[in-house]
Amino acid sequence: MEILVCVKRAPDTLENEITVNKDGTNIELEDLVYSVNEWDNYAVEEAIQIKDKVGGSVTVVTIGDEEAEEVLRREMAMGADKGILISDEAFENSDGKGIASILKAEIEKGKYDLILTGAQADDGAGQIGGMLAAMLDLPYASLVNKIDIAGEKLTVGREIEGGVQEINEIELPCVLSIQTGINEPRYVGIRGIRKVASVEIPVHTAADLGLDASAVGTSGAKVKKLDYFIPETGEGAEILTGSQEEIAEKLIELLKAKGGIK
Amino acid sequence: MSRQLFAYITHKNSAADDSAFELAAAAKKIDANASVTAIVTGKGEDLTKVCGQITSAFAKVWKIDGDAFAYPNAELIRAMLVKILPEKSITLLAHDTFGMDLGPGLSVKLNASFISDVVDIEGVKSDILKTIRQEYSGQVSTHVSCDITDGAVINIRPGSFKPEETSIGGEIEDKSSEAEGITAKRKYIEIIEAEIGDVDITKSEILVSVGRGIEDEENIEIAQELADAMGADVSCSRPIVDAKWLEKSRQVGTSGQTVKPKVYLALGISGSFQHLGGIKGSPFIVAVNKNAKAPIFQVADIGIVDDLLDFVPVLTEKIEELKG
Amino acid sequence: MESVLIPPANAEFFGISLKIFGILIPMAGILLFLYIISKRLLPLQQAQPNIGTDRIGERIVAFLKVGIGQSRHPRFITAGIIHIIIFAGFLILALNSINLVIVGFIPGFTLPGLSGNVGSLYIVLKSIAATLVLIACIVAMIRRGLFTPQRYKAPEKYGHDHTAEAVFVLAIISVLMITDAFFEAAPIAEHLKTGVTEELIIPGTITWLFIAILKNASSSAVQSLYLISYFIHDIVFFFFLCFLPLGKHFHVITGLLNIFFAKLNKGSIKPVKWGISEDQLDDLESFGVKKITDFTWKHILDFYSCADCGRCSDRCPANRVKRPLSPRFISIKARDYIFDNYPIFNAPPKADAENADKMLIGNIFEEDEIWSCTTCGACEAECPLLIEYIDKIVDLRRAMVDEGMVPQSLQKPLGALSKRGNPYGKLEKKRSDWIKEKDFAAECEVKTLSEKQSADILYFVDSITSYDDRMILIARATSKILNAASINFGILGKAEKDSGNEVRRFGEEMLFCELKDQNIEAILKSGATSIVASDPHAFNTLKNEYSEIPKVEHISEIILRQLKEGKLTLSPETVGKTYVYHDPCYLGRHNNIYDAPREVIDAIPNIKRVEMTGNCKDKSFCCGGGGLMLFYEPEEEMRMGTIRVQMAKEASANVIVTACPFCMVNIEDAIKTSGLEGEMEVIDLAELIANHIK
Repeated sequence: MEILVCVKRAPDTLENEITVNKDGTNIELEDLVYSVNEWDNYAVEEAIQIKDKVGGSVTVVTIGDEEAEEVLRREMAMGADKGILISDEAFENSDGKGIASILKAEIEKGKYDLILTGAQADDGAGQIGGMLAAMLDLPYASLVNKIDIAGEKLTVGREIEGGVQEINEIELPCVLSIQTGINEPRYVGIRGIRKVASVEIPVHTAADLGLDASAVGTSGAKVKKLDYFIPETGEGAEILTGSQEEIAEKLIELLKAKGGIK
Repeated sequence: MSRQLFAYITHKNSAADDSAFELAAAAKKIDANASVTAIVTGKGEDLTKVCGQITSAFAKVWKIDGDAFAYPNAELIRAMLVKILPEKSITLLAHDTFGMDLGPGLSVKLNASFISDVVDIEGVKSDILKTIRQEYSGQVSTHVSCDITDGAVINIRPGSFKPEETSIGGEIEDKSSEAEGITAKRKYIEIIEAEIGDVDITKSEILVSVGRGIEDEENIEIAQELADAMGADVSCSRPIVDAKWLEKSRQVGTSGQTVKPKVYLALGISGSFQHLGGIKGSPFIVAVNKNAKAPIFQVADIGIVDDLLDFVPVLTEKIEELKG
Repeated sequence: MESVLIPPANAEFFGISLKIFGILIPMAGILLFLYIISKRLLPLQQAQPNIGTDRIGERIVAFLKVGIGQSRHPRFITAGIIHIIIFAGFLILALNSINLVIVGFIPGFTLPGLSGNVGSLYIVLKSIAATLVLIACIVAMIRRGLFTPQRYKAPEKYGHDHTAEAVFVLAIISVLMITDAFFEAAPIAEHLKTGVTEELIIPGTITWLFIAILKNASSSAVQSLYLISYFIHDIVFFFFLCFLPLGKHFHVITGLLNIFFAKLNKGSIKPVKWGISEDQLDDLESFGVKKITDFTWKHILDFYSCADCGRCSDRCPANRVKRPLSPRFISIKARDYIFDNYPIFNAPPKADAENADKMLIGNIFEEDEIWSCTTCGACEAECPLLIEYIDKIVDLRRAMVDEGMVPQSLQKPLGALSKRGNPYGKLEKKRSDWIKEKDFAAECEVKTLSEKQSADILYFVDSITSYDDRMILIARATSKILNAASINFGILGKAEKDSGNEVRRFGEEMLFCELKDQNIEAILKSGATSIVASDPHAFNTLKNEYSEIPKVEHISEIILRQLKEGKLTLSPETVGKTYVYHDPCYLGRHNNIYDAPREVIDAIPNIKRVEMTGNCKDKSFCCGGGGLMLFYEPEEEMRMGTIRVQMAKEASANVIVTACPFCMVNIEDAIKTSGLEGEMEVIDLAELIANHIK
């Protein structure tokens, strides 16, 4: 099976403390460390496991600058066969549809039976998989936490509310967005990355993909981030006082406001 | 403004989801005067009941009844919506696992803008809708603008908009005939229920977490009762697992699970480094601890200095009263 | 003295000269033995290189002390004494056995030097030895067969227990002793019939006993017994020789060699491959032990040498808390696997040949088993044959890391270490936040060293002591002590990375090298002339695994020196509590620092200190492990820390003094979970001293 996995480089939230920069135009980028988006990593692991079972190849693709190449190498160290870097200044500030249409152009250059994305990213909107599938007119399932191959079809589990799994049958080719926990991604150490350091990674530009620069990037974006700000939260614990009943009532109001009572 | 607003309503067990009324509230924030049409798909009795429940909040209810809609299949519903929605309309969905499945693709097929997981709406100015979203598990917020000239699909975060009491009494219109001839390459098979006792606390939005202050295995019940009342899951700190009062999968901390809840109730947890290391995404933390100097109070938003064994039953009772 | 009996070499049986057998039996035995050994050497030839012949002097000392001197044996007193008797008996009887074999074809032969008075003395010694060995064997058989101590039992998942084999071998040895004594006694008995003998017979020996029996027998019966006992001895002797390499008694042959070749550097992990420098690591195809021949030849010799005595597992904390690890079975399983895949008589079936190349993890070892080890070194401190475990565990982990088989909960801290230099993912610039707290800063200024600002001593803090809210108190206490002793010191601040001690022990060699290189660069830039660490883990790796850096000391050593030089004086203890010192593994077993911390505690006037007798110093019981162990724990039935706190309680202590932040985490937790809060507390050595600075 020929599998394409769309990945992106994202700040590693577990290892960062996210704050907003001075003028509120972005998060504070100084001191950030990046890695592959966690969900995408599960998608790549799943693709590799499928390949190990039924054969074929795994290609990882990302859109970004030259720094994005490191995530491709990381995923290739895991076992992806090929990496493609899509890079063009014209792609900067693309909205979800922009990204999806760039990926669509890349996908149409190849022939893939299965296209995987991560279900979401910490700095994203969980939209690329669904958009891509619609653009390619392929069936789609989101939040996939189980994939079984059954001939020309897949049986996929979706993780839905209440820890319940929704089982669907889906025709190939298709697009799936992968939820964390579907597998246990393997570890990639420095050594693994060094092993693939010299593998050539092709870079595709807007021109290579036959894309109209005005349809993507800033000019093509209908959805734009205007600014960043820190949502209001208090400093340290506010100690509630009063009788137990009074405290309980105060607390209930606070909990309701924060979605703490369902 | 003559923009047409629609809300797709999800339902379960003959009851409309709470988000139905939140979508109505969100629609008002886009256009206070708009008449909003609810779209409900389903089958038979259930569907009729659900439609009846929401007429108070919508100007119109489009009802689509068919065997194919017995379980919501995003691909079928997308095709149906593309067929019936007028050009340039604005469609609101709840950003739940169904809305996530449907929204992005729907926006492509409608050639409309898509904006996901909106927590607040600031309004529309010359076809530009201004919203608030969150990133990095709520650590930062962003203002996001969206050009709605060609319509939009907007996914609303459940619980973010406060439903209003309305009594619009919208009319129910049967649009079932529109659904004819629609097919999908994805087929729903079945639901597999979670195993009993197999709670994935990493996915929980509300956690009632117990630490050593619980003192005895039997007292876990006190926390469980509160969690049941709140709609929360019970998690714990290391010593509770060590004592084998709860299974390892419930442990929050660097050697346990990393959780990202919205609300975290720390009951009798001192707040060790190892424990706090397992809590991500800046949840709203409420700490109940006998010891006013417990480090948990430094990181908690709200603190209650009391013996949890005394306080928690009172809290549970109050919540149950509230819920009737 | 003329023998009145016909010696075996001159005897005939139905006209056939028995000399033929006297020649044939040894020839066949030796040939078969050489053939078996050649087969056993095969895996060693295919295995990886090892350093084993450097520092000959130290090796000879270890050989004499641990090998010939049996110094580890008395640690388990009953089995130890039995073993020492049998071992010593073997050494004495070996000469006689060689002599006896030759007597089979050269009548009356005596080895050069074994004639005359020396010979007589030897015969006496030998008969006493044979008697003691026989008694020891009988006691051992009864003990092993009837009252099998717990540590010899084999859980089903690890294979069968070796009691039958042990008893069989003891029986063989007994037969050798008895036949030897009969052979010895027969001519003397004949002589006695005629009146006198020149031989000195020690009453109570088996020779004496057999003489007493035989002297009343007919001469022809004595002659028959004489010959029979000779040939039984001859056959059993060679049977025994060839039987040894087939099981756990291979150690009789390999044991002393194993001790000679044993690793000398405690505290350091072996390189990925001996002879391959760090720069060449990238060229290696594979890391760690995936298949059996990825072990070094010494490690395979270890497997052959394991006597299955169970001492390692008896002291192993992981085994004690019922984690899925028993060090003894690491050896036994590997040895059985080698025996299966390198059979002596049959060429291995084809499937088995492939089997030899199979990944060991998932085949004979389980992932959790290998992650269960805290690298505390208790097993290695115990093994009478100096079998190594930590290096093997690390090599197996290296293989798992290389294959990506790393538990999810460990991937996060490893990722954070690679990106941020600490396992918590905390910002680098917050590494020295602990020096900023107002009250502390007012009392004690801590310099941050760089090319611009230098100091005599660099305090290497390491991650947990820099970031953990509890452990920063140890950093502050350490600083206060250095300050009080007027020592010019500083820290590296954000230039310090995790020392990597645990990273290396968790098999992530490349990450360790990276952390180490960054630290070495920062240390050299700081211009400090010596280094102090309060965390034994950092101390260990800096001292034993970093190169080109100044001398490294643990804070307890510095405190002791300052006390002796009178630069620190301590105020008396007034609370009247009972203190007990818990030896951290990386200070004690890995670096032999047992006394300095004790002397430092005892320097506090009026302090009362007790010992956890039987569980202290090199018998210390691991708290549960440090570093990355905090992020991953295999299934276990109880916590090591809980057991440790119990031991302290049994020693009637109410304050546990430790000298390691990880011990602090584990023991503090254990005090809480044991419900001993208020009764028992734990304090770091540096904190205790800082509290008593005048």
